[in-house]
Amino acid sequence: MSSGTIALVGNPNSGKTTFFNALTGSNQYVGNWPGVTVEKKEGSFTYRGKEYHVVDLPGTYSLGAFSEDEIVARDYILTGNPDVIINVIDASNVERNLYLTTQLLEMGKRVVIALNMVDEAKRRDIEFDIQGLSKRLNLPVVPTIASKEKGIEDIIKVAIQVMEKKPPVKSPLKYNEVIEHHINHMEEVLKGENLPYPLRWTALKIIEGDREVIKKLNKSILNQKAINYIKDFFKYHSSGDFELEIIDARYAFAHSIVDGTINRPEEDVITITDKIDKIFTNKYLGVPIFAIIMLIVFQLTFALGQDTLGGVVAYLVEGLGSLIESFLLGINAPGWLIAFMIEGVINGVGTVIEFVPIITVLYLLLGFLEDSGYMARAAYVWDDLMRKLGLQGKAFISMIIGFGCNVPGIMSARTLDNKKDKMITILINPFMSCGAKLPIYSVFIAAFFPNHGGLILFSLYTFGIIVGLILAKIYSKTLFKGESSYFIMELPPYRIPTIKNVLRNMWDNVYGFIKRAGTTIFVVITLLWVLAVLPASAQPYGEFSILGRIGAFLAPIFKLAGFGTWQESVALFAGIPAKEAVIGTLGMLYASEYVEEGALLVNAIRQHFTSLTTLSYMAMTLLYTPCVATLGIIKKETNSYKWMIYMALSSFVIGWIVAVLIFQIGSLLGFS
Amino acid sequence: MTKGLLALKNGDTGKVKSIQAGRTATKRLYEMGFNTGAPVKIIKNDSGPVIVYLNGCKVALGRGLAEKIILDI
Ligand SMILES: Nc1nc2c(ncn2[C@@H]2O[C@H](COP(=O)(O)OP(=O)(O)O)[C@@H](O)[C@H]2O)c(=O)[nH]1
Repeated sequence: MSSGTIALVGNPNSGKTTFFNALTGSNQYVGNWPGVTVEKKEGSFTYRGKEYHVVDLPGTYSLGAFSEDEIVARDYILTGNPDVIINVIDASNVERNLYLTTQLLEMGKRVVIALNMVDEAKRRDIEFDIQGLSKRLNLPVVPTIASKEKGIEDIIKVAIQVMEKKPPVKSPLKYNEVIEHHINHMEEVLKGENLPYPLRWTALKIIEGDREVIKKLNKSILNQKAINYIKDFFKYHSSGDFELEIIDARYAFAHSIVDGTINRPEEDVITITDKIDKIFTNKYLGVPIFAIIMLIVFQLTFALGQDTLGGVVAYLVEGLGSLIESFLLGINAPGWLIAFMIEGVINGVGTVIEFVPIITVLYLLLGFLEDSGYMARAAYVWDDLMRKLGLQGKAFISMIIGFGCNVPGIMSARTLDNKKDKMITILINPFMSCGAKLPIYSVFIAAFFPNHGGLILFSLYTFGIIVGLILAKIYSKTLFKGESSYFIMELPPYRIPTIKNVLRNMWDNVYGFIKRAGTTIFVVITLLWVLAVLPASAQPYGEFSILGRIGAFLAPIFKLAGFGTWQESVALFAGIPAKEAVIGTLGMLYASEYVEEGALLVNAIRQHFTSLTTLSYMAMTLLYTPCVATLGIIKKETNSYKWMIYMALSSFVIGWIVAVLIFQIGSLLGFS
Repeated sequence: MTKGLLALKNGDTGKVKSIQAGRTATKRLYEMGFNTGAPVKIIKNDSGPVIVYLNGCKVALGRGLAEKIILDI
C-alpha cells in the first residue's frame, strides 16, 4: 500500500530524470499516459518503512496548453491529486524555473522545491540565500545534487512532512487591477458551477484565453448564463489580450523572489561550455565535428561490441547449443525436438542473442551523447541545412534518437510545434538505421568487409540520413507545404554524463532487445521452422518445403537486386515483425549447410553472397518496410492507417529501387 | 533606441521591448523568459540560429524568429 503520491515537475534540463532515478532507484516502470503517446514514468521508494509512489511528469517550461506534454502534466496535477509536488529547479536559472512554480501555486498545489545542480551554480559563482528564498516563496527549499544523490533524503523528509501536515496553499500572486477585476467577475459567474478545476485558476485560464480549458468547460459543465458571459467577454477582449501581461506578472513575481536572495556575478563566468561551444557550434566546424563524433561512435561500437566482446557471447551461445544437444540426446528426446532446439532456437534465436554486445555498446554511446548535452548542439548545427530541406534543427534530434530505435525517435517528433514538421519527421524516421538492424550489418560486414566495420556502419547510417533528407525535401514540396516552425532551443551546459542515467538507458534498450529475441523473434522463428521442415516428404530447409515454396514465389521480386534466392527473400519478410529476425532466419535456413565444427553463419553468407549483393542486401534492410512496432507508432502518432500503410509500401519500393540500382550499376562497373 | 535582435553583434546586450511574431511563438518566447524587460546578451550571431544568454542560460533562436524580437538598447 502506498502512503502517498509525489509528482515530479520541472523544466527540461533541470535534472529531473536524474532526480527521479535517484529517488526511485530501480523501482520504476514506464508506460503511456492514456490516449496519448507521452511516456509515463512511475516508481516508488520506501522511507521509514512506508512506501511512496512517485510520478514523473514530462519536463515543460509552462503548464499551458502548448503541447501534449504540457496538457498531460497539467491534467495530472489538477485531477490526479498528487499529495505533494516536488518541483525540481535548476539552480543556475532560478528565475525562469520559478515561472513554472508560480503556475503550480496558482493551481493550489502543495509544493516543495528541489534546488538542483547547486554544484554547477557554485562553479558559476552564484550565491544563494536559501532561507530567504524559502521565506519569500513560503515553500520549503532544499538544495540537491541529483547526479551525486545529495540532498535526496532531505527533500524526501520535507516532502513527507508537507504531505502529512497539509499546510494551506495560497496563490502568492496578485495581478494588476484590470486583470484582478476580470478574474473576480469571472469567479462570481463560475461560482457554484461544478468545475473540474479550482475556481480562481479556472477564471484566470479563461481570461488568459486558454483554449483547452474553455473547450472543456463549454461541453456540459457550465450553465447557459456562464457560457454567455464568457462569450461576451471575448466579444470585448480578443482571446490573448491579457496573455502576455499575465506572463510578465508571473515573471515579475519570480524576479521579486530572486532579487536579493540569489547573487549572480556581474559578468557571467566563462565556462568550459562556452569554450567548447565556440568550436562545436562554429559555422564551418559544426557539421564536420558532428560527422567525426558519429564516426567515432560507430568505430567504437564495432571495435568494442563486435571485435572484442562479440566473440565471447557467440562462444557461449555455441557452447550452450552443444550442451542442450547432448542433454537432449542423453534423454532420448525425439528427433524433431532436437532439430527444433538446435536448428531453430539456437541457430535462429541464438544468432540474434550473439549481438547483445554490439547493441549494448551502441546504446551506451548514444546514451552518453544524449546525457552530455551534445544533442542540442547537433540540432543547432543542422538547423541551417534542415531548413533548406524544409525542416528545422529540432527534427534532427528525432533522427538521432531513431538510430537507437525508431519508436522513441518517432515519438519525439511530438516536441515539434507544427503539423508539417511533425509529419515529415515521422515519415523519414524509419530510414534512420536502428539498433535492431545492427546484427544484420554485423554479419555481412564480418563476411565481406571485416577490416572496415566502423566505416561501413557509418556509411550505412549516413546513407539512411541522406535518403531521409531527400524525402524530407520532396515531402515539403508536395505533401506538406508551408513554413517550417520557428526554432527555439535551450543549449544546456555540457555535462559529464551520470553513469546511472547512461546505464539505465542502455539497460532499457538491451532488455528490450533480449525480450524481443525471446518473444517476437522466437515466435517468428518457430513458425518459419515449422514451415521449413514440412511437408515431411520434402527435405528440411530445402526448396520444396512449404517455406521454400513461399520463398521461391517471392524471390523473383529481388532478382534485379541480385539476391533472388528463396532464403534471402523469406528472411526479409521475416524481418518485418522484428528486424533481428532477418539474421535469425538466415541463421536457421543456412544451418543445414554448416560444417560441423566451428561452423559460422558468416561462412554460409560468404557462400551465398558476393560483396556487391551484400551491399544491395544491406541497403535493402536499411530502407525497406519498418518493423511492426514502428508501423504501430506511426499509426498512433499520425492517427491514421493511411500513413502507416503508405510508409510500409513506400519504404519497400524505395529500398527495392536502391538495392536494384546498387546491384545493376555495380555489375555494369564490373564489381561482383 | 530599439533594434531587432538580429541587428546586434556578438557581445551586445539589450532588454526585450516587444515581440512581433505570431501569437503562439510570442507566447512561447515570453514563457521561456523573453518577457518584457528581460536582459539578453548576444553570444553568436553569424550564420545559423542566433545564440543568446538569457538569465544565465543559453538559448538558440532561429533567425526568422530572432528578427521579430525587438530590444531596447
Ligand atoms: N552537476 C550536476 N549535474 C546534474 C545534476 N542533476 C542532473 N545532472 C546532469 O544534468 C543533465 C540533464 O539531466 P536530466 O536528468 O537528463 O535532465 P531532465 O531533462 O530534466 O530530465 C545530465 O547530464 C545529468 O547527469 C546535478 O545536481 N548536478
